[in-house]
Amino acid sequence: MSTPTPRVQVPRTAVKGEIIKIKALIEHKMETGLRRDSSGEVIPRKIINQFVCRYGDEVVFSVDLNEAVAANPYFEFYLRATTSGRLDFVWKEDGGRVFALKHDLLVG
Amino acid sequence: MKSWTRREFGGLTGGAVLTALRPRRARSQAKAKVAVIGGGVGGATVARYLASGTAPVEVTLVEPSGLYSTCFFSNLYLAGLRSFESLTHGYETLRRQYGIAVVHDSAEMIDPVAKIVGLSSGAKLSYDRVVLAPGIAFQDRAIDGYDAAAMEIMPHAWKAGAQTKLLRKQLQSMEDGGVFVLVVPPDPFRCPPAPYERASLVASYFQRHKPRSKILVLDAKSTFTGQDLFQDAWQRYYPGMIEWLPAEFTGGVKAVDVKARSVITAEETFKAAVANVIPAQKAGHLAQQMGLADRSGWCPVDPVTFESTLQPSIHLVGDAIIAGDMPKSAFSANSQAKACAFVLASVLTGSSRSTPHLFNSCYTFLAPDDAWSNAISYKPLAGTIRTAHASISKVDESSEMRRRAAGEAEGWYDAFTRDVFG
Repeated sequence: MSTPTPRVQVPRTAVKGEIIKIKALIEHKMETGLRRDSSGEVIPRKIINQFVCRYGDEVVFSVDLNEAVAANPYFEFYLRATTSGRLDFVWKEDGGRVFALKHDLLVG
Repeated sequence: MKSWTRREFGGLTGGAVLTALRPRRARSQAKAKVAVIGGGVGGATVARYLASGTAPVEVTLVEPSGLYSTCFFSNLYLAGLRSFESLTHGYETLRRQYGIAVVHDSAEMIDPVAKIVGLSSGAKLSYDRVVLAPGIAFQDRAIDGYDAAAMEIMPHAWKAGAQTKLLRKQLQSMEDGGVFVLVVPPDPFRCPPAPYERASLVASYFQRHKPRSKILVLDAKSTFTGQDLFQDAWQRYYPGMIEWLPAEFTGGVKAVDVKARSVITAEETFKAAVANVIPAQKAGHLAQQMGLADRSGWCPVDPVTFESTLQPSIHLVGDAIIAGDMPKSAFSANSQAKACAFVLASVLTGSSRSTPHLFNSCYTFLAPDDAWSNAISYKPLAGTIRTAHASISKVDESSEMRRRAAGEAEGWYDAFTRDVFG
């Protein structure tokens, strides 16, 4: 059983209006469903199919992923810090498993 | 760099060479003298293959240390799966059985015009041909604060010996639940899969003795050798224990804080219970000093004769050279050394020579009874060395096949070290 490890990098604090960089990485094999194992059986697809970042209640970054995305999907994006609040990061895996991280951002 | 002239060497060529340096085997005036500098895998192999061939040569091997411990398989020692003694080899067989004069001294300079090697002891060694196997050195100031003193607290353990023992001791005394931070250098470096084998085998040790501990691999690269094989194994054997962070995520390791035992990347600071910092590398010191390395820090060579392209009378083999597709590995060094020995033998005897066939074969452990292997052949092509055929383990091999490979690896080690050290 694989145990993907998600990790994010977000500043703890930001000045109001500042543009901050966010990095999100998950260690994941991204099994395409296009390979066969040594006994000839198709290895079922198991990929991270969606990644979403919410800032408070608002979705600020969202992406749907497909088979062609390489192992260990990595995202880097920018966000304008408007107000102190929570950032939620969610990765969805085929089969319904969900991996999540949260981060409190202090805007002064 | 001190430059040596013919004048300073006046009267020292020929007969003035120390008699102690002469091999025990019966010799004649007609014998050509070959000096091999560096008694690692590359140097020892050149010496052995020249001395055991039919060419009439007197071979002198210059190596400061009386014993050589192999970097390969030292990850098994770190995991408590092999003794340090089993990795350590002497030069007695090369001396006794092959008549090689093994001189425990350091080469300080080479005068390619007078054909003399100057040793630290002050002795001079004259030669007809010289081969350097200088191995690796670490790039200075690649990581801020990582100096000689820091290496005693955050070992590199990338040259087998006291550093390897220090890292083992630190891993043993680490408390359960600690974080082992492994810093991986940028390409090219000695043995590309070895940092990840180290992570795998240290994880197997933690699992047996300190199961709450974690391993954090901070890489200077975005992908690595055998990544699919390693990450598959890490998820199967050590779920949640090993975390690998690519360069783009951390921005790269910039500094270490030895007092705080932390590793500082462009984005974050990571606290370590044990830190293993493997610095960026370059060709060994003598190669640098003799101007044999180019701006990359490594030594360009002719892929057929292994002569330096910067100083054509000097031959080079092993980790220090730019060898095209060949990785910096002991097996590569051994293969290059044999090719170089055959070239020297043909030059010295005036016989014809053929294009070398070069090989690399390695076993890499994912767990104590799971190893993957590669076997690759290479050939000189258009001024460099290119892959001819490759056979590499795949992710979904059976566990039986992997267990067999782990067993074969032990046999490989014995046969290989016997080929090198006799």
